Order: sequence, then structure tokens, then C-alpha cells
Amino acid sequence: MILGYAGKILEVNLSTETIKETKIEDGILKDYIGGRGLATKILWDRLGKKWETIDPLKSENILLFLTGPLTGYYPGGRICVSGKSPQSNGVVGSTVAGEFGVELRCAGYDGVIVTGESETPVYLFIKDSDVEIKDARHIWGKDAKQTVAMLTNDSKEFLRKRYPKFGELKEPAFLYIGPAGENRVRTAVVAAKWTHAAGYGGYGAVMGSKKLKAIAVKGTGPLPEVANIKEIKRLIKAVNDNVYENVLWRRWGTGSGGYEVGAKTSSEPVRNWQDEWHDEKSYGVDQFENRVWIKQSWSDFGCPTCCLKIAMVKTGKFKGAITDNPDYEMQAYLGPNLGIFTPEENVFLSSLADDLGFCGIQTGNVMGFAAELFQRGILTKEDLDGIELHWGDAEVFAVLAKKIAYREGIGDLLAEGTYRAALKIGEKKKTDVLKYAVQSKGIGIGAHGIRSGKDYPEPISYTCSVQGGDHTSTTALPLDGPGSELGEIFNDSGVHCNFNVFGVPRKVKFDFYKAITDIELTQEEWYKTKALRILQLQRAMLLLGGPDVKWKPKIHDENPPRFYEPLPSGPYKGKAVNKTQVEEYKIKYYNAVGWDKNGIPKTKTLKKLGLEDVDKALEKLRG
Amino acid sequence: MPTKKEPIWIARDLIKCSGCRKCEIACSLYHENHIWPEASRIRVFMPVPGADFPHFCTQCEDYPCVKACPVNALSISKKTGAVLVKTKACIACGKCIDACPGRIPHMHPTENHVVICDLCNGNPQCVKVCQEGGWNVLTMVHRRTRPYKLYARTPEQIAKDLATKMYGEQAEEYL
Repeated sequence: MILGYAGKILEVNLSTETIKETKIEDGILKDYIGGRGLATKILWDRLGKKWETIDPLKSENILLFLTGPLTGYYPGGRICVSGKSPQSNGVVGSTVAGEFGVELRCAGYDGVIVTGESETPVYLFIKDSDVEIKDARHIWGKDAKQTVAMLTNDSKEFLRKRYPKFGELKEPAFLYIGPAGENRVRTAVVAAKWTHAAGYGGYGAVMGSKKLKAIAVKGTGPLPEVANIKEIKRLIKAVNDNVYENVLWRRWGTGSGGYEVGAKTSSEPVRNWQDEWHDEKSYGVDQFENRVWIKQSWSDFGCPTCCLKIAMVKTGKFKGAITDNPDYEMQAYLGPNLGIFTPEENVFLSSLADDLGFCGIQTGNVMGFAAELFQRGILTKEDLDGIELHWGDAEVFAVLAKKIAYREGIGDLLAEGTYRAALKIGEKKKTDVLKYAVQSKGIGIGAHGIRSGKDYPEPISYTCSVQGGDHTSTTALPLDGPGSELGEIFNDSGVHCNFNVFGVPRKVKFDFYKAITDIELTQEEWYKTKALRILQLQRAMLLLGGPDVKWKPKIHDENPPRFYEPLPSGPYKGKAVNKTQVEEYKIKYYNAVGWDKNGIPKTKTLKKLGLEDVDKALEKLRG
Repeated sequence: MPTKKEPIWIARDLIKCSGCRKCEIACSLYHENHIWPEASRIRVFMPVPGADFPHFCTQCEDYPCVKACPVNALSISKKTGAVLVKTKACIACGKCIDACPGRIPHMHPTENHVVICDLCNGNPQCVKVCQEGGWNVLTMVHRRTRPYKLYARTPEQIAKDLATKMYGEQAEEYL
């Protein structure tokens, strides 16, 4: 057994209501680490042969919650949620912060694998090796805040009864879904606390399809044994000392972005990306800080940054709305992207997104898309069930958000996410609306535009990523450079927060890996072999796709059409992405990662990485 | 800053707690040489999201836990004022937990004894990391004649106060 791992994974079949423990071979752990890498490998081994036929929202999909050896040790604990994605039909490693990963490891598990589906709503309760599938009918239908309160109270009572002698146990950590997940909305999240979410991928819908409302975990053991605890203490301090120096980053988190990313770098979605510039000072970080932030530092296990702040609206129409920050992505997508520029309205919509259990990015993206179609007269008031979807009207967007979460009327169509909704609307209206869909491979693009070149500088940031529009996992050259997807695969597979790597020498996380596992992993080995292997596997599964939509690199390794339109205003007015440059860069990228001119991983590449079976599966795509 | 030779107290400003749990990490590393949240003598509870707070011994003026121990496993440190557990004497009966107004002592998860904050023999590790990070929830002060016992409250009681302070009447819905 490798040091730093609990050594077993909990496996629950909800169809047969059976619970067992699964061990993963050391060789696989060495190559795929944990989290995103390991999830990809497990999914390939179990579902690879029939991948194209697997419906992500049917019982045959597998839902994974995986930690990595760095979880709990590297400051900023997270857990990686994965499975076949109902957004991309590939694999997304979607991480969420909180204590869940740490509690799970302290309970003696490196992860949870959920298969099958339950007939009635259930939740999984884990107290060390004491695991139960519990009735969740009373929690089904509840929003985020109600769900957390009920789970907290239920589990405290349960733990007190079952372990009366311990004294007070801390409340367990929870992952759960809201109404959007229950209704299999493709933009639904797996949530933690009130406001944290594994957003990209749409795994809330997968959890809902399995009728799994939540997982609660309480672990009373230590984190798994490591090779060199003294060295870990030193490394933790190295990360902390770096972060503590960055005072404004700690003070504002990403909450200064709502104004800054628009005004300074012209890369914020404004009215469905029709613009990326605004200079609305009403949206400044000072306004958020002085008017709605009621807690300046909120964080998760071991985190020195505390990028989260708690916001609450105290007066006016939206009084009582509570959320975190909102962080930049929520500020942008549930703000300027909908024509909204006041903190109170933004907090209101973010709070609603939390409560309904969907991703503010994906849902903000699809609502902005719908609003642009309304603006252009393509979707009418009648199409929208009588709603007039005007930019800047927070209350109207709230009505639409609820329709999406409950799949009512037009909401049922938009609940499919921007890409699938665009296909259906285009067919119905006999016009191309895909040109207004700002997404990549079924995943709405994160709130960092590339037209100005001042924020995400690469014209292929979103074109070749194996996680589509995910702004945390973008593509760039060189492959071992700071913008490369291969670096993010480490964070998502070691499973720790990628914010706490900013400004920290890259060597540190590799040193963590060594101090934990006692296995030497050189940066060269990671970038040239291990990360590349995970990337190829994710790429292969993304291209195999199905059963509904599939991606052809020639068509879909591409920016949204909007990014080729010149920016209409601001200091970078006129700037757009250059198509020739994208094509040239793409070929260079294909070469670097070992894909052929059609974007398919080459036989040579795959064989070198020991992925012969993947090569065989890709034969049919090579034509 | 008190010298290490006289009794101390850890003053607490709970509303500032970020919930980072660095205190748990520092405490369990010091006492157990592991990162071990449930074995930590200081533990961060979060019964309501946002209302995170550290829960640990407050060294009541009358030390009800020490009085309640049937086997004299608990004593008071002359140097620091902390409650010390004689682990070999402790029979893990839980009487100290019931005697504590805040139900603060808890069982060691794998050993047969209770754990209580020992003030790290005058150099509390939790205070150190909390100050380093600039949260300043925990501050070390001289132990004088003050009503320390007021701080011995259950997680539920503390959560209710903090959540109400943050969210007002709405807190009722979250408790």
C-alpha cells in the first residue's frame, strides 16, 4: 500500500442497496494519483467498452467522489466529483472545497463510488466504517439552506444516539443536491455548505438521476499515514508564508473581479458576451465590501487564503439573500452577463442559484443566451411563457431560474444547457442560434474572455481543453507552462485548491507528493508522461462521447463564434480573436500533445503511454 | 504578552473565525503528530454555514470537570491553569463531559481516555497559527479573576448566538 492513501474506496450500489470496499492497485494509483486522474481511469476501465452508449443520466453511469493523496495536507482541502458528464459526454474532474474530502480520508476512505439508482430518495451516511443508506424522502425537494439544516440536525441526533460516549462530535461534512439536481437539470451542481459547488460537468443531475440527495461523512481517525510529517509541516508553512504576503488577494478574494475584469482587462461577459467591457463603478469591490459583506474571511480546511466572504442583503427588495462573496464567476455570470450591475441584485441571484442547486456559470450562461435571443426577437414573449426577458431585470431572471430548476415550460428546454438548447431552438426557429451560444463542447465558457488578450492570453484557451469551457482547465503551450492543462490535472488529481498554488514555487506541490507518498515524481515525469496519459484518456472519452451529442475536432475544437466578433467598446475596442492564429496554434498544440491533424490522439502517442486499448477504441474515429 | 511562567487564558473573538481549521491542524500535529481533526483539543464546529467557531476548554474558575472525575485523573496545572489528563488513570467514563457546561471534553477517537486542552504547557500552538494568519480569533492573555466560565457553552448555544449576530432573525431557519 502506498503511503498517504487510506487504501480503500467505498462502493455503493443503490439499485441493490449493497455496500462494499474496493481496493485500487498501487500501479494505478502511481499513474493516476487520485481525483480527476483516477476517476478517468476507473471510468475507462468500467465503462470504456460501451462509453458511447452510456446515458449520463441513467443508472448505468457511475458517480465518483475522489480525494487524492494531497487532500488535507496541501492547504485548501477539496474533493473531486466525476462520472460521465451530462454536459460534455466526456469526463470532467469537478472539484469542490470544504471538509468532505478530509472527513472521508479520516473515515478511512480515499473515495466513494456510487453505481445504480435508488427507487426512492436516499442519502448515504458514513461514520468511519459504519455506513448506511438512509431514507431521504423528507429532504427531497428542499433547497440548499433547508437541506443543510436538516442533514445537520438529523446526523447530530443519529450520532449522539449511536455514539453516546464520545462527547460532542463535530457535525459531519455533506455533499448534496438541490431541486435542480433532483430534476436532472444539466447545469445542476453537487454542493457543499450553502454556497460551494462542483459546477463544471453537471454532476448534480447525475446524483439526482440516482435519487441520491446527499452524502454525509464523519471520520474520526487521522489523515492517512505519510512518509515524512516533518517535511509536510515545513511545506505547509512554505505555502502559508507565500499566501499571507498577498494582502489584497486575501481581503477581496476574487470579489474585486466584478468590476476589475470588465473595466481593466475587458474580459468579462456583458449581456451574453456581446461586450466584455464595462466601467460600472456601482459594481466595485468597495460596494460589495461596504454594503453586503458581513464576514470578511471564510475558508475551508487548512486554507490560508480565505477567498470567500459572506454576503447578506440587509435592506430593500432583496433583503435576506445570503451567499458567499459572490465570487468573481458568480459576479460576472449573474451580473453583467445579464445586464445587472448592483451588488444586491447579484447577491439575490447568487443566493437563488445556491438554493436551487445549480451552477451560476452554466445557468447564467444559458439565461444570457435566452435573453439575447429575446433581444433579437428570436425567442418571443410567448416562447418564454409570457416572460419579457429584458437585460438587467433581476426579478425576471429569478422567475426564469426557477423555471429551469423545476423544468417548467421554457425552463425544461433551457435546463438542457446552452448547447443542447441552441440545437433545439435552432431547429424549431429554423435559424442558426449556435452563433450566440458561448460554450465549448457543451460546457459554457468561464467568465474570462480572450479577445482583449489581457486576461486569458491564449486564443486556444477553450478550444482544445478536455473539459470544454472550464476556465480552471484551459489549454496553452508550452505544455509545461503556467497556462497548460497538464498543471491543473495535478491540482485536480492530488485534489487540493488551485488558488493556494498562486505565487508558490511549483516545486512545492511535487515536494508534498514525495513527503506524503515517499514516491519521487519529477516534474518532467509528470508533464511528459503521467499528466499526458490522463489527458489522452480524457480526450479519447470526450471524442467518443454520445449517446446524444458528439464532438468532431474539425468543427468543435473551436472558439464560440462570438470571440471572432470585434469588441464593441472600451480600451480594447476592435480586438477579436484571429482565426488564422487559432488554426496555426491548434496544429502546434496537436503536435505537442501527439494528436494527428484531425485532433485524434495518434497510435504512436497512445502506445508510448501504454494506452493500446484506447488506441483501438479510437480507430473508428480515424475513419 | 504573558510570560510563560504564569497562568494564562486564551481570549476568543469567535465571530472572526474563518473556519480555516489551522488550529485543529496545529493542535493535532503537536499532540498526536498527525493531522487529526477529531483528536484535536480545539475543534472548529460549523452547525450553521458561516458561523464557524473553535470549541475548546475555557478553564472555568471552579473547574467542575476536575471535581466530577471519580478517579482523580484530572488535575489543574499550577503553571498554566490548564486541566491536565492523566491518560493512564482516566477510565473514559464521560463524567467530565457531563459536568462541563459546554460539553467541551471529548474522547480520544482511538485511545481510552478523554482529551482536554492543556494550553501546550504555556505555548498554545492554536494561538500561534491563528495570529500568524491574521485572524486573531485567539489571543493569549494573563489569567486573572475574570468570568471565564461564561465561555463554556455547548456548540448549539454558541452557534445560535453567532448565527443570530450574522443573519438576524433569519438564523432561526438555519438552526
